[in-house]
Amino acid sequence: MAVTQLIGARVQRREDPRLITGHGHFIEDHTLPGLTHLAVVRSPHPHARILGIDGAAARALPGVLAVLTAADFHKVLSGSMPVTPAFAPEKKYVPERFPIADHEVCFQGEPVAVVVATDRYLAADAADLVHVTYETLPAVVDPEQAMSAGSPLVHSDGPDNIGWDMTYAGGDIDAAFSRAEVVVRERILQQRLAPTAMETRGVMASYSPYGEQLSLWLSSQNPHFIRLFVSGAMGIPESRVRVVSPDVGGGFGSKISPYPEDYLVPAASKILGRPVRWIETRTESVMTTIHGRGQVFTAEAAALRDGTLLGLRLTQVLDLGAYHGTFGAFQACACLMSGGVYRWEAISARTVGVLTNKVPTDPYRGAGRPEGTHLCERMVDRMADELGMDPAELRRKNFAREFPFVNNFGLTYDSGNYDGTLDRALELSDYQGWRQRQAGARGEGRLVGIGLSTWVEICGFGPSAATAGATGGIALVESAQIRFLPSGSVAAYVGTHAHGQGHDTTFSQLVAETLGVPLEAVDLRHGDTAEGPAFGYGTYGSRSLSVGGMALYTASQEILAKARKLAAHLLEASPEDLEFTAGAFTVRGNPQARKTIQEVALASYGGGLPEGMEQGLEAVSHFDPPNFVWPFGAHVCVVEVDRETGAAEILSYTGVDDCGNVINPMIVEGQVQGGIAQSIAQALFEEVVYDEESGQLLTGTMLDYLVPTMNELPTPKLDRTVTPSPTNALGVKGIGEAGTIAASAAVINAVCDALRPLGIHHVDMPASPDRLWRLMQEAGR
Amino acid sequence: MIPAAFQYSKAGSVKEAVAQLREAGPEAKVIAGGQSLIPLLRLRLSQPSHLVDVNGVRELDYVHPEGDLLRVGAMTRHSTMARSQLVQRHLPLLAEMAAQVGDPQIRARGTLGGVIAHADAAGDYPTLAVMLDATIVTDRRRVAARDFFQHLFTTVLAEDELVCEVVFPMAPGPHRYLKFRRRLYDWAIVGAAVQKLDSGWRVGLTHVGPSAVRAAAVEARLQAGATFQEAAAAAADGLEPPSDVRASADYRRHLARVLTRRALEQAA
Repeated sequence: MAVTQLIGARVQRREDPRLITGHGHFIEDHTLPGLTHLAVVRSPHPHARILGIDGAAARALPGVLAVLTAADFHKVLSGSMPVTPAFAPEKKYVPERFPIADHEVCFQGEPVAVVVATDRYLAADAADLVHVTYETLPAVVDPEQAMSAGSPLVHSDGPDNIGWDMTYAGGDIDAAFSRAEVVVRERILQQRLAPTAMETRGVMASYSPYGEQLSLWLSSQNPHFIRLFVSGAMGIPESRVRVVSPDVGGGFGSKISPYPEDYLVPAASKILGRPVRWIETRTESVMTTIHGRGQVFTAEAAALRDGTLLGLRLTQVLDLGAYHGTFGAFQACACLMSGGVYRWEAISARTVGVLTNKVPTDPYRGAGRPEGTHLCERMVDRMADELGMDPAELRRKNFAREFPFVNNFGLTYDSGNYDGTLDRALELSDYQGWRQRQAGARGEGRLVGIGLSTWVEICGFGPSAATAGATGGIALVESAQIRFLPSGSVAAYVGTHAHGQGHDTTFSQLVAETLGVPLEAVDLRHGDTAEGPAFGYGTYGSRSLSVGGMALYTASQEILAKARKLAAHLLEASPEDLEFTAGAFTVRGNPQARKTIQEVALASYGGGLPEGMEQGLEAVSHFDPPNFVWPFGAHVCVVEVDRETGAAEILSYTGVDDCGNVINPMIVEGQVQGGIAQSIAQALFEEVVYDEESGQLLTGTMLDYLVPTMNELPTPKLDRTVTPSPTNALGVKGIGEAGTIAASAAVINAVCDALRPLGIHHVDMPASPDRLWRLMQEAGR
Repeated sequence: MIPAAFQYSKAGSVKEAVAQLREAGPEAKVIAGGQSLIPLLRLRLSQPSHLVDVNGVRELDYVHPEGDLLRVGAMTRHSTMARSQLVQRHLPLLAEMAAQVGDPQIRARGTLGGVIAHADAAGDYPTLAVMLDATIVTDRRRVAARDFFQHLFTTVLAEDELVCEVVFPMAPGPHRYLKFRRRLYDWAIVGAAVQKLDSGWRVGLTHVGPSAVRAAAVEARLQAGATFQEAAAAAADGLEPPSDVRASADYRRHLARVLTRRALEQAA
């Protein structure tokens, strides 16, 4: 696809003037007449039996409308919160989960009661007055301990704490290891992270007995799935539930799955006959919004002395938290992607999902792919270290080069040019120059390290064949609807959801270019289940452009096909004799005979249409991609570790990525920068910490949970190569998660490279100053 | 922010503030810049019955040189101290400290008196006040800084007593304040301040115990002619620093030594 006027153009984000001048509309900006406010009473314990709940003092406060507990909610809600098969279809223990605890709480922050009052402050005051009597039970927060015999049970009526235990076998692993000349082993931690969207979660619900209709406003990446789940739990026909997710202030995966409050707030509205709103506080967010990562890997890699990679054997222990996240098993895709961009004879990957008394984990930006990449890239670096090879050389020796490339688990990488991104990244980062400077620095006793990460990503979910089973029924395709209104304005509805991705701009560029109308003529709409096609599939997994964008593209093509017939009719020509350029149909050889698409659109609402043609100019299209898409790239990080304080400073960061064709380079760069920032945050700063003894969250505020700011982050040098995907007409891949997948390995490889002279070969995340200082102390002994 | 309910009044003078505090009773609190108090209210860790707002007490916003002393009003904002030419000339270490507090928004709100009265272990100005033998002036008395800070979040202030001024000795000589922190706007995990006076070096440490510490052992070694390296090795002597998710006590002791040496090297 060629770069034309709008495709490939650095169009400034259309949504920004509204958002940066305070005209965004987030959940707390929505209100309704008679609105009431809900506060949640939460368990302070990681594990306890509920002996009694006394709401009398709370009810006595003037303005308090209700104190509701599980007994009340059982009257309007049924079933257990959904758990999908995802990448661990063979589940073992899946505890039932009702949105509010019944007789036992299994993580700190689990809802126990709710208070509804006439204002938010009063609701919070009343929540403090609800007296819950608990009998504490033994808790376990460490997943490896939870796996062991004799561990406390996360649910007192559970058989054990094992959510799943299955092995992905890709090739003959024993044969691969039997030929090994070198084997390296490592234990690699993926700490828990809190997604920390700028807008916390929030739900407003209004149940109307008239017509039994429910309207829900909630901060979600996935409004149609929420409608499906909530309508089912409340026994209201799906068609009578409307979910609106207006401006959403970031998600990073944390707003894909349904939450307890998504059920409790509408249920409270139904019980009370009043509209109800709940807005999550930041403290609640860190404690009760899903966490990401939380995995322990043990791995061994085998190779020949010449650097030929043979086999990779690994175990992923995945900390599920107290319940399975709806898409929690998606994170097992770390196993499927653990081979990265390399040819391996065999990979064997065991994944064990383990319950613990903590908030559930679920997909967080990258979800499984950062973990798989980090593992693979760490093991390759360990191997290079062991073999005494330059890590770039070892990578090059093992790159997959023939595409489509089928990996050990049968996944087909659509296209790639791993040498291309690596070459460019080494050049742009001045890799050779840094190696020389590193040698000089080492001579002075300074600790400078250079780290590489050559990454590939599976994204763009669908296709239907692979995803219908993974979600438990709904195939991940995407829908779009485009309609010309008589005036020539274009309404385009997408089933994806934008919460920072810039779809309003990118998708409008795509539609405007395809239909030949001005960008301003396109009204891009999403996030309201009352509009557009019957179902939308939401935004996650870097899928919006390669699936949703393609749905818009195919809908545009359908519109053009009809418009061509009508234009031919109006111009008294044959459709085949028309050319469509710059938004107008002209008769070949007679440029005077011309109809713009807006003229055709107006005519489509008139009389005298061709025989058999209906009025209107609109189309609904679903796009089912034939494969996933597979973006890739190479990142280079240079760090210096302060030998005295252990502080790691990034001296230089370079990322060269390839996401195929690009609609808006500026938005792509923004996504890559943000992704890198979030991954550096994991590598050096962020970690959710629970006290091992008490099970209490120790990092409950932004003072202790260290989200870095622009002051702490480098400005990366970025470039791209372009290897189009052959699987869609636009040749596009995804870019939303790329930086997050790539960066942690580059940073940690650099830190390890810096510390190598001290005999340190591995560092876990976050590579905080105190951790590095401790490692250096131990190495010095 | 969803704090517990409280009464609120605004004071226009020291006299008014003290009267309002007295009337409101023992559960009342003063709010100045609010940069520490508001987060506590948000978490409901602090639930005062009444807030007396002293932001309108203009008479406490000043920097006055007087002889060899620098008197700084309690309501002087961090940003004012950082930019003040008087502070930069007479006590540049105070300006350096003020410039390193939080981010621009915090510096525009937070005050000298607020930090002194709050007595957070990670507060910067208590370190300066203790190491330089400053005097804390309240509405009713003068207290030596070393006697003022009693423990974590605890001072000698009575419930209705207001910090009005801090009197520092002028010290235009070599100085440095190094704060070890993860993010630019964070509190110090450990801080080390050094100031050369005519009589010798003064050395103070932040966040290595419940209150600010004057590193007397380091000062004594320097007085006796030790090198910076030798002197700084004594920085952690007798310290009982906290252990938390940021840093272990051992690491804080180590940082105290490293930062003290570096501060001395950079100041000299």
